[in-house]
Amino acid sequence: MAVATGNSFASRFGVHIAVLVFVAIWTIPTLGILVSSLRDKNQIIASGWWNSFSSSTQTEAGRLPAASTQVEKDGKFVLQGNIFGDGAARNISAFGVKSAAPTQYPAGTTADLGDGVTLLLNADGSFVMASPKAFDGDRGQRVYYASSAPPKFTTDNYKTVLFSEGIGRSFMNSLTVTIPATVIPILIAAFAAYALAWMRFPGRALLIAVIIGLLVVPLQMSLIPLLKLYNGVGSFFGMPSKTYLGIWLAHTGFGLPFAIYLLRSYIAGLPREIMESARIDGASDFEIFVKIVLPLSFPVLASFAIFQFLWVWNDLLVAMVFLGTEADQIVLTAKLNALLGSRGGDWEILTTSAFVTIIVPLIVFFSLQRYFVRGLLAGSVKGG
Amino acid sequence: MAAQIFSAIFVIIVGVGGCVAYFWGANKLVDLIFPSRGVAGAAAIDNLRRQGLVRPWLFVGPAMIILTIYLIYPVVETLRLSFLDRGGINFVGLANYEWAFGDREFRNSILNNIIWLAVVPAACTFLGLIIAVLTDKIWWGTIAKSLIFLPLAISFVGASVIWKFIYEYRGEGQTQIGILNAVIQHFGGQPQVWISLPFWNNFFLMVILIWIQTGFAMVILSSALRGIPEETLEAAVIDGANPFQIFWKIMVPQIWGTIAVVWTTITILVLKVFDIVLTMTNGQWNSQVLANLMFDWMFRGGGDFGRGATIAIIIMIAVIPIMVWNIRQANKETGGH
Repeated sequence: MAVATGNSFASRFGVHIAVLVFVAIWTIPTLGILVSSLRDKNQIIASGWWNSFSSSTQTEAGRLPAASTQVEKDGKFVLQGNIFGDGAARNISAFGVKSAAPTQYPAGTTADLGDGVTLLLNADGSFVMASPKAFDGDRGQRVYYASSAPPKFTTDNYKTVLFSEGIGRSFMNSLTVTIPATVIPILIAAFAAYALAWMRFPGRALLIAVIIGLLVVPLQMSLIPLLKLYNGVGSFFGMPSKTYLGIWLAHTGFGLPFAIYLLRSYIAGLPREIMESARIDGASDFEIFVKIVLPLSFPVLASFAIFQFLWVWNDLLVAMVFLGTEADQIVLTAKLNALLGSRGGDWEILTTSAFVTIIVPLIVFFSLQRYFVRGLLAGSVKGG
Repeated sequence: MAAQIFSAIFVIIVGVGGCVAYFWGANKLVDLIFPSRGVAGAAAIDNLRRQGLVRPWLFVGPAMIILTIYLIYPVVETLRLSFLDRGGINFVGLANYEWAFGDREFRNSILNNIIWLAVVPAACTFLGLIIAVLTDKIWWGTIAKSLIFLPLAISFVGASVIWKFIYEYRGEGQTQIGILNAVIQHFGGQPQVWISLPFWNNFFLMVILIWIQTGFAMVILSSALRGIPEETLEAAVIDGANPFQIFWKIMVPQIWGTIAVVWTTITILVLKVFDIVLTMTNGQWNSQVLANLMFDWMFRGGGDFGRGATIAIIIMIAVIPIMVWNIRQANKETGGH
C-alpha cells in the first residue's frame, strides 16, 4: 500500500496494477453474463464465455437416415446425405461409431465397420455409407463426431426471454410498481421534512428521533402484521389482498423514513436569511415551502428519487409478500428467482433475464451517478 | 396490460394530485378559519399564533399516518404476535422463543448470521478503504471507482445469478463454464460444487454481498479521506513517516467516525440479507440465515406467524444498539437547531 509518497516508479506502477486487479474482479462477473446472453445457447454450454471469440469444439452424436432411403448402386447398397441436414457451418475433425471412441477416425477417411460395411464422413458433414447387403431396420446408424463451430453471437436469447419466457411482461410489471412508488413519497416527505426543519412545534425533537429510529427498523418487522392487515382489508371489501395499490403504499411507507431524513438534513441546511426575509415580506410557511424550499431542494429530491427507484426496482422481499406470482403481477426480480428454480441449468435464459433486470438500474446509475453519490454521502455521513 | 399501464399512470396523477390538493387545501382552510389578514391587530396576532399551532401538524400529518400504519403499528404487533400461536390467536407465552433456541435450523441461522456480521462489514470497509486510497493516486481513478461502484445498482437476485454462473460446476475433466472452476481446473485443481460445500458455502454467498457493498464503503470513505487537511499529511511526510504509518496512524484515526458509519450501515444490511440466500441455496447445506428463515416460516405449511414474528424480533434486537447509537449521534448534531 503506497500512501502519500508514490515517488518511486515501482510504487506508482504497483498502484496501477493493484487498481487494475480490483477493477477486473469487480467487472468480470457482470461482463460474463453480458457476453453469455449474446452467445448461441449450444456454445454457452460447450465453452467458457471467456473463450467465446474462438471456435468452440464439442463432441456430439447424430443418427444417419433409416434404411428406407438407401439406393442400390454397382451391386452395393448406399446411404448418402449430410449429417447436419441443414448444412450448418460447422467443421468435423473426427468421427466414430462407438460412444467409447467417438473420434476414432479422422474426417474424410473411410472407416471399415466390419462385414464389408464402410462409412465415409467428410469435414462438411456429408457422408457415404455402403454395404454389400441391404440395410434394414428403421433406425439409422449412430455416429459420433467432434465438430468445431465458429463463434456465433445472436440476439435470439433476448427474443426468447422477452416474448416467450414472460420477462417482457414482468418488465412492465416492474415499471408499474416502481414509478408510482417513487413519485408518491416525494411530496409527502418534503412537506414533513420542511416542518421538521423550519417550523417550531412541541414534539418536534421526538418526531425526529422516531424517524431516525425507524431508519434502521428491519423490514422483517413489518411483514407479518401488514400481511394480516392486507388480508383483513381485502376480505372485508371482498377484493384480492395482493394488489398494485397495496405494494405502492407499502413501498411509500418503507421509503418515508429515509426520505424525510435525507430531505430534512438538506432543507435544514438552507440559509436562514432567505427564509427570514421571505417571512418578513409576509410569506406564509406554505408559500415559503412552495416558492423557495422546493426549487432549492431539487438536487436532494433527485437523489431520493434515484434511491427509491433503485430500491423498489431491485426489491424482492416486498414484492414476494405483497404481490401475486401470476403473469399479471410478478415483477422482474421475482420472475428471475422463479426462473432460477424452473430453468436452473439453462444459462442462455438465466444470463439474458438477469441482464434485462439489471439494465434499467445500470442506465439510471450511469446517467445520474452524481445525484446518487450526493444522496449517499448526505444520507449516511451525517448522523449515520 | 394496457389497463395496468393506464392504472399506474392514473395512480401517479391521483397520488400527486391528491397530495397537492391536500396540502394546498388544508393550508387554505387554516387561513380561512384563523384569518390573519384583514382583521384587527389583537385578533390577527391571536390567529397567527393558532395557525402556528395547527400548520406543522398539517405538514407532517400524512407522513405520520403512513409511518404509523406501515412501521410503528407493525413493530408493536410483531412483538405481540411473537407471544401467540401460529394463527395469531392463542397466547403461548415464551413457547416460540423456547422453540427457536431449541431448533437446529434456527441455531444454524444464528451462527451463520454471526459469521456474516463478522466478515462482510469488515471486508467491505477494509477493501473500500484500500480502493479509496489507491484510486486517489491515479489519473483514471474516477473511472475505476465508477466500475467498482457499479454493482451497487444491481439487485441481489441479479447479483446472485451473476455469481451462480461464476460458481457453476461441471464434472471433473469436463469443460468448465463457470470461471472459478475453470481457473482451478486450469491450474490442476479439482472443481468443486462451491455453494453446497458445508460451512465454506457461507463465504461464497458473502462474497456476493461484499462485491455489491464495497463500492458503497469506497465512495463514503473516499470523500472522508478528501476531508483530511493536506498540511497534516505533509507534516507527517516531513517528519519521516512511512506510507504505512501515515495510513494507520494519521488517515485512519481522522476518519474513524466515517468508518463507524459505514460499518454500522453494512451491519444492518447484513442482518436483513435475504435475497442472496433465497436465490443461491434457499438455506440448504447449512447456509440458512435469520431473514430467510423468517420468510420461510411466514409461508411454511400455511404460515406460522408466531414463529415468523419471533425471528423478526430477534433480528430487531440485534439492530437496537445501532438504533440507540444513531439517535444519540443525531441528537448531538441537531441539539442546537
